[in-house]
Amino acid sequence: MEAVIETNELTKSYNGTKVVDRLNLCVKEGEIFGFLGPNGAGKTTTILMVLGLTEPTSGEVKVYGYDATRQPLKVKRIAGYLPENVGFYEDLTARENLTYITRLNGVKDKQAFAKIDEVLTEVGLLEVANLEVRKFSKGMKQRLGMGAVLVKEPKIAILDEPTTGIDPKGTDQILKLIVKMSREQKITVLLSSHLLYQVQRICDRVGIITKGRMIAQGSVDEIGNKIMEKEQTLLEIQVSKLTPTLLGSIKEIEGVKDVESSGNRFLVKCSQDLREKISRAIVESGALPLQIKTQNYTLEEIYIRYFREG
Amino acid sequence: MSGVRVVFWKELADYFGSRRSLILFIIICITGSSITYISAQTMGQNFAKIPVDFIFLKLFTSSAGALPSFIFFISFFGPLIGIILGFDAINSEHARGTMSLVLSQPIFRDSLINGKFLAGLSTVAIMLISIILVISGLGLSMLGIVPNLAEISRMGVFFIASVIYIGFWLSLGILFSILFRRTASSALASITVWIFFTFFIYMVAGVIADQLVPITHTTTLETITKNEHLKNMIMRISPATLFEEIAGAVLNPSVRFFGVVSSTQIKGLIPNPLPLGQSLMVIWPQFVGLIALMLICFAISYTVFMRQEIRAI
Repeated sequence: MEAVIETNELTKSYNGTKVVDRLNLCVKEGEIFGFLGPNGAGKTTTILMVLGLTEPTSGEVKVYGYDATRQPLKVKRIAGYLPENVGFYEDLTARENLTYITRLNGVKDKQAFAKIDEVLTEVGLLEVANLEVRKFSKGMKQRLGMGAVLVKEPKIAILDEPTTGIDPKGTDQILKLIVKMSREQKITVLLSSHLLYQVQRICDRVGIITKGRMIAQGSVDEIGNKIMEKEQTLLEIQVSKLTPTLLGSIKEIEGVKDVESSGNRFLVKCSQDLREKISRAIVESGALPLQIKTQNYTLEEIYIRYFREG
Repeated sequence: MSGVRVVFWKELADYFGSRRSLILFIIICITGSSITYISAQTMGQNFAKIPVDFIFLKLFTSSAGALPSFIFFISFFGPLIGIILGFDAINSEHARGTMSLVLSQPIFRDSLINGKFLAGLSTVAIMLISIILVISGLGLSMLGIVPNLAEISRMGVFFIASVIYIGFWLSLGILFSILFRRTASSALASITVWIFFTFFIYMVAGVIADQLVPITHTTTLETITKNEHLKNMIMRISPATLFEEIAGAVLNPSVRFFGVVSSTQIKGLIPNPLPLGQSLMVIWPQFVGLIALMLICFAISYTVFMRQEIRAI
């Protein structure tokens, strides 16, 4: 697949402090790319540079082959942008707000009206299309923001923190919309977030940024394997009866590094998967294993691990 | 260029739809027409005393009792109109979160500020035209006199000067809306400048002039003239003074100089009205100064806005 957004050693400094530091980002056509990082890591600044709204101090950004700094209009024509905490003209209705956007894009009103209705249906705001935006909830505004992206029929959608500050139901709607526009309209999506669970659910690939540096890029599994391979496996075990002898015999199994117990549950850290040997030891002690879980690494753990190292 | 047009029409619609413009409009119309009514009444009573020429223009210049003239009205409240239209032009976009949404559309960044400025200027122009027409209409029906071509062209020049004058305050408002993040700060800053130029400039000019050219009861006429000239020059920093002088000369064809003039200088002067071209000559420096003030103010806003980081504010 072709790379549609590519940054090369992208750097931005404000008054000498580097907010984005030699960042290399690569988003491929048709994928959903999650751009992860804590607040203040440089996500929004990077996005603004990708859109040509801010000039990089050094380095370059290419979007579909266009240099975002020199040809910002070309980039803005094909890229839809949902800013963080998007706002609308409160005195105008949802429909009027979208009309303003299509006009700014130079679309003739006749064509635009059909498209606007289509988009409003898609984001579920058709019934309130003629309501002033001031009466909208945060979730509705965010969906209208998605509408503002869709209405320009972009090739790329750049969404900055699309689910921040929205209730779970609203979040779900937004995420579904993102997946839908990616699958059905083949729009490449770059979305930034600090909410990892959601990103993990919908993203094909992720990039992790901290202090302006991209520290990992790839699918969630790839990144997980890379960082976790030198680590141990974690087993969470529940037994019918936990005796000190059982704990002692488990500690003696080869490869077990550490055991922590509480009630009739215990956690075993080991260098490989020792579930078989441990269950045998439990049965031999006269108790029965009720539950054995291996812990999969979630993106959250990967992420926290990264920041600890970074 | 289509970006400017789209922004322009949207802003214009906003200005006319919003409550603040409506309120302003009503106040101005009421005051404008009441001024006309009263001045027309007084003129009707002392018809014999008034020179026959340019009666129509008297509608705009004559003040009746406690009520000020139309010129004074524009010079005093015009700035408020400009400031009200401009003070939140840019920072309200930031506050609402619409700035990055609009700028991420395929338009040049200057389209936004140009569109807003032009829309504000057009709003001012439309307001002024309506008021002038209201006054003229009332005047026509009450005085029963039709304005001649000279009067109409003088009113045209007066109209242009008023638009430029209010345009200066509009661009000042826009400048502060770019410099200040909060709309309250930009409104206060604009009003501070307005108060300074409208009220305090008299005192400042007086104090400076008296310091540099002191006047006691033994001073000669020459020194008094010098003092007066200096004071006038300092006051001309204020766009309000420039506007009042322009309006005075344009609407009053017999005005041919400002400030103190000794009786020897006007000896043998025939006090007949000047043609428009000559009146323009009298106030040409003021006119150019006013235009320059507006353009400089807008140019600064433009530059600052173009260079501003979209996140920094």
